[in-house]
Amino acid sequence: MWFLCVFYHRLLDYRRAEVEALAELFGAFADTPEDDRRLQWKLPDDHHPDSPFHFVWLPSEEIARNVANRSILVKGIYQLWGQGGSYEELEEEIRSFPDDQKLPYLTAESTFKIFVDTFGKVLSLQEQNERIHGLTYIPFKGRVNLRNPDHKFWLMEIDDYGSNNGLPPVVKKRIFFGREVGAADRKLLPTYQLKSRRYLGPTAMDAEMAFLMANQALAQTGKLAFDPFVGTGSILIAAAHFGAMTMGADIDIRVVRDGRGPDCNIWSNFKQYGLPMPLSLLRADNNLPPWRPGLKEVFDAIICDPPYGVRAGGRKSGGRKLLKGTVGPYTVPDEKREDHIPSTAPYCLVECMHDLLDLAAQMLVMGGRLVFFYPVVRGEDEVVVNVNYPEHPCFKLVASSEQILSLRYSRHLLTMVKTTSYNEELAESAKKKHIEFRENHLKWLEDGSLRAAVFSPVDMHAGVDGKSKFDRDSKPKYRGKYV
Amino acid sequence: MRLLTHNMLSSNIKGVSNGFPLRLEVEKFIEKEVEFNADFLRNMFPKIEWKALVDAAKTLGYADLPEEADPSLLDSDDFLKKYHHALLELHVEEGVLICPETGRKFPVNKGVPNMLLHEDEGFWRL
Repeated sequence: MWFLCVFYHRLLDYRRAEVEALAELFGAFADTPEDDRRLQWKLPDDHHPDSPFHFVWLPSEEIARNVANRSILVKGIYQLWGQGGSYEELEEEIRSFPDDQKLPYLTAESTFKIFVDTFGKVLSLQEQNERIHGLTYIPFKGRVNLRNPDHKFWLMEIDDYGSNNGLPPVVKKRIFFGREVGAADRKLLPTYQLKSRRYLGPTAMDAEMAFLMANQALAQTGKLAFDPFVGTGSILIAAAHFGAMTMGADIDIRVVRDGRGPDCNIWSNFKQYGLPMPLSLLRADNNLPPWRPGLKEVFDAIICDPPYGVRAGGRKSGGRKLLKGTVGPYTVPDEKREDHIPSTAPYCLVECMHDLLDLAAQMLVMGGRLVFFYPVVRGEDEVVVNVNYPEHPCFKLVASSEQILSLRYSRHLLTMVKTTSYNEELAESAKKKHIEFRENHLKWLEDGSLRAAVFSPVDMHAGVDGKSKFDRDSKPKYRGKYV
Repeated sequence: MRLLTHNMLSSNIKGVSNGFPLRLEVEKFIEKEVEFNADFLRNMFPKIEWKALVDAAKTLGYADLPEEADPSLLDSDDFLKKYHHALLELHVEEGVLICPETGRKFPVNKGVPNMLLHEDEGFWRL
């Protein structure tokens, strides 16, 4: 059945992807083959894909409720009773909406509340009341209850406004009326917001984004989620909130083991929210992972924000000089082994991605999900220069959502599903690639550096006419993916 | 470090052909109650190296696990409880994991195993 799905006007690219993932989680695709697991979407007439108003087909109201209630970006999923370009059209539609679908929600024993909401305009309280009173043709028999109504009805209006509202001026005046089926619980966000979290690192994942990642990963009770770049645990916290068991690894021992003291570390972050502790935290290098040979298909999800060298650079075992070849291989003297601190070297993005996909291909269960951020350098005129996402024969990309971070670069949240099992052949080619990375360490480091593209001075990017291609004035006013 | 983790880790030092299971030397261990989830235990069962789990549990003084286990046991509540306890509730806080071939010690401090290799142990000198 079709539902009206209204989104928050945020993280536009993440919204449909979240609903698709949650639809999968709540069984909307139970009888659908893997390749067709897509929801049907429609837009209201003349609406732009970035409009908050969408129609989505879901198999049942129960699934729609579960999806909406678990989501972060769904303002509400509604059973649409009518829509129109004017209040007259709306009335006509609501009147002709079948009684058997209306009357059960209008009974004398039930309580209700009508919300008036607008997009891109503001209505005074008086105007809102006028609109509510204009609905008297609907036979409400129940009592009003503003605190805790049984049924919530929404009247939503969007106007034909100018071009300055974060949407292109394609939307005509449209009014929707519907019964709320479910809505996101955004109260989670102040509870988990980073500013009140005890232990934070420089790249701790924002709570809203972490929840979106956990939703993409289908985190739920009884499932095991792993973050190989765990840091302060900000992503695993979201997964644990949804009931998943968690495991994390990091190459930085200070972060995983010590934190900032006995009450300010990863464990204390979980404790702060009353979440079950991670099953395991360990110090390990994703480039030389310590998993026992033969161990495979243990994680249901791998969720991470890999270090891509813009805000934080990745490290791997090895030592800069060792990999450059300026010092030969050496042996750590026996008496120093106990307290020896192994040196590390920069870990370039390409290699980091290669290792991550190879690890995920081995360690995820079939149908398990790999959810991670991938940085993309942005070009002129909003055109993205390189959209070559990493690929792996075991994985199918099911969602990619862009978040623009600066004029120069954005990050894309990629969701991949494991569709093919790992085999000897893949292991062999991964090993070859590992050696090739090691032997050409410097070349890979130079080629793969995003930092330069993001932080180099502006005039390096000057175009032929001498104007910077990141000229702020030439930037289109439409802000779509910035919100 | 729970025994689940111990069951997943091996010594990956170059040249070591069988780095699993790591021998456990325990200075301090604690028991922590963990919420019981039968589905999780059943899903994990085929991936566990049973003998390694039994031996590790014995090192921590817990000898209630059967020496051998097959999936039919997963219907028994009594078995699931013991398996749950051994896998998830015994924590090594301080100790070392010892590579069975080279004797290299991987320290466990504050419950976190440190699996990072030294410069002369990694793959890069194949």
